[in-house]
Amino acid sequence: MSRASQPPRLAVWKFASCDGCQLSLLDCEDQILTLATAIEIAYFPEARRASVHGHYDISLVEGSVTTQHDAERIQEIRGRSRFLITIGACATSGGIQALRNFADVKEYAALVYAHPEYISTLDVSTPISDHVKVDFELRGCPINKGQLIDVLSALLIGRRPITPAQSVCVECKLKGNICILVSQAVPCMGPVTHAGCGALCPSYLRGCYGCFGPKETPNASALSNRLEEIGMNNEAIRRLYSTFNVNATPFREEKERHGT
Amino acid sequence: MTVINVLALDDLQILLENLQEDGYALIAPQLQDGVIIYDQVEGLEALPRGVNDIQTPGGYQTHKTKEPSLFHYVVGPHSWKKFLHLPKLQLWQAKKFSDEICIASSEPASFKAAFIGVRAGEVKAIALQDKVLINSGVVDEAYKIRRDKAFILAVDCARAGGSCFCVSMQSGPSVEGNYDLALTEILTPNHIFLVRSNSEVGEKILKKTPHRPATAEEIRIGQEIVARTAANMGRAMPDTNIANLLSQNLQHPHWDAIASRCLSCANCTMVCPTCFCTTVEDVSDLKMEEFSRERRWDSCFNLDFSYLHGGAARSSVAARYRQWMTHKLSSWVDQFGSSGCVGCGRCITWCPVGIDLTQETQAIYDDQLG
Ligand code: SF4
Ligand code: SF4
Ligand code: SF4
Ligand code: SF4
Repeated sequence: MSRASQPPRLAVWKFASCDGCQLSLLDCEDQILTLATAIEIAYFPEARRASVHGHYDISLVEGSVTTQHDAERIQEIRGRSRFLITIGACATSGGIQALRNFADVKEYAALVYAHPEYISTLDVSTPISDHVKVDFELRGCPINKGQLIDVLSALLIGRRPITPAQSVCVECKLKGNICILVSQAVPCMGPVTHAGCGALCPSYLRGCYGCFGPKETPNASALSNRLEEIGMNNEAIRRLYSTFNVNATPFREEKERHGT
Repeated sequence: MTVINVLALDDLQILLENLQEDGYALIAPQLQDGVIIYDQVEGLEALPRGVNDIQTPGGYQTHKTKEPSLFHYVVGPHSWKKFLHLPKLQLWQAKKFSDEICIASSEPASFKAAFIGVRAGEVKAIALQDKVLINSGVVDEAYKIRRDKAFILAVDCARAGGSCFCVSMQSGPSVEGNYDLALTEILTPNHIFLVRSNSEVGEKILKKTPHRPATAEEIRIGQEIVARTAANMGRAMPDTNIANLLSQNLQHPHWDAIASRCLSCANCTMVCPTCFCTTVEDVSDLKMEEFSRERRWDSCFNLDFSYLHGGAARSSVAARYRQWMTHKLSSWVDQFGSSGCVGCGRCITWCPVGIDLTQETQAIYDDQLG
């Protein structure tokens, strides 16, 4: 990864997002100093003032594209990055702000802002991969900091990162959790959701709400049939899929199957 | 002729204490958030009393009864493989020093445990994993070291659960095969346990524990209880050569019908007491100084499981479900000489959408009959 013993240069970029994923990086307390020696953190406005221009070996991109300006900026960033990694639900699927994709943005803006005429925004919120080639996508809302460190460690040494695309159920079972969908009829999206969080919510007897987005080959309609059996109506199921990953195709399709 | 003795409730407590005295950690059923799980306990008082379960495809509930029973629930989502074939295991680690790399195998932690309340199907499931992990050429040392030390205190089932079909799989409800001691719980007229021993270690522990020979009447009551369980199985497999039925129907359209309902979530394989598949993952740190290889349970329902150069061999869910069910019920016979299913019903109860392999087998069978 590194050029002739120079540590690789890393940049962290922000698009439309809440900063939560970048904070996950800062939250890697015991690893952050090691990280700073293994990698030159050249551009990370959230952590340091000085910024270095030029090219980057690794670009971490947080956030979705919601403005014309950002649509152009991501092209420039891609051009300056060797590895471009998107982090979090916003960057990988469009985020919660992609709810606008199913509504009239002008109406939204008028509701939220005193002077909507100053707002210049696109009609849709889109993932980075809709605009440029992305080398790796790290899921989560927010991402899991352990997975982020693993992805960077993997990149440095040239191995495969450990981010299996299987269901949250696998992590749930590896931990020995009881299944709340089966034993308590709690709506849980674990069976259609991408692993990575360590089955965080089910470990506290809360249903998974899908913040890591769809797993590989998800069968959302089969899960919905089950959720109907345990008493969820169309609207409740539609809402279940209308969160952080609403714009991820399998979740969007399932939402739309349950009305608008 | 097996000698049958009787333990009173207090004697059972003494038996557990004797096991502890011999250095065994006690692992037993526990009620956690309304579900029977297996975990370490300190004594008999920690076992759930008067608890029954209701199991349906995709549904599980427990409720209290007025009885003093210790073992009237059947199996929950955990199985003993959790303690023998660990969900996660480090295989080796390495450290880089300035001019060399030292590799050390991670010593399998030895663990001397007594499993309390192992059911007939579970005794059989452990035997099936022994066959795969110890007796098929390559020995899984981490499994063997735990297995060799395990003490199995089994119990005949006094109730059949809604998902149970061990009778169809010839693996219950009466405990047979590889166990140390086996109990039959009798509630009336007195709360006692019939006990039979099946190993030297079992005999030794029993000798240290107060007991008396069973009367003919007590033995008869015990047999009646087990016979009643056998007659009340929650479900059954079609009475046919299932291995042949499935291997002759690999292209049956029913696989696609199942796939339309299957989530490929892997819950069935995780709860199955005989599923043994694992994957390995290589870990390295940011400094590139410390490395390890980690093993964890994997599942044929995961897309990556069949990843070969260029893609997954079993990309459709139909192919994955078929792989699972035909391995369990058909190709396992070719590979290891018996079915890989013991009829415990876990995969039925803990499937979030309640897919039931007995019904799916039946559907293919019925279609065959035309
Ligand atoms: S609780 Fe949710 S994530 Fe866990 S096994 Fe059940 S359905 Fe899957
Ligand atoms: S369980 Fe689901 S909602 Fe909860 S953190 Fe994990 S992916 Fe997100
Ligand atoms: S296939 Fe199902 S019923 Fe058979 S042993 Fe496995 S979990 Fe039990
Ligand atoms: S059969 Fe059930 S438990 Fe197994 S992968 Fe399919 S949906 Fe999940």
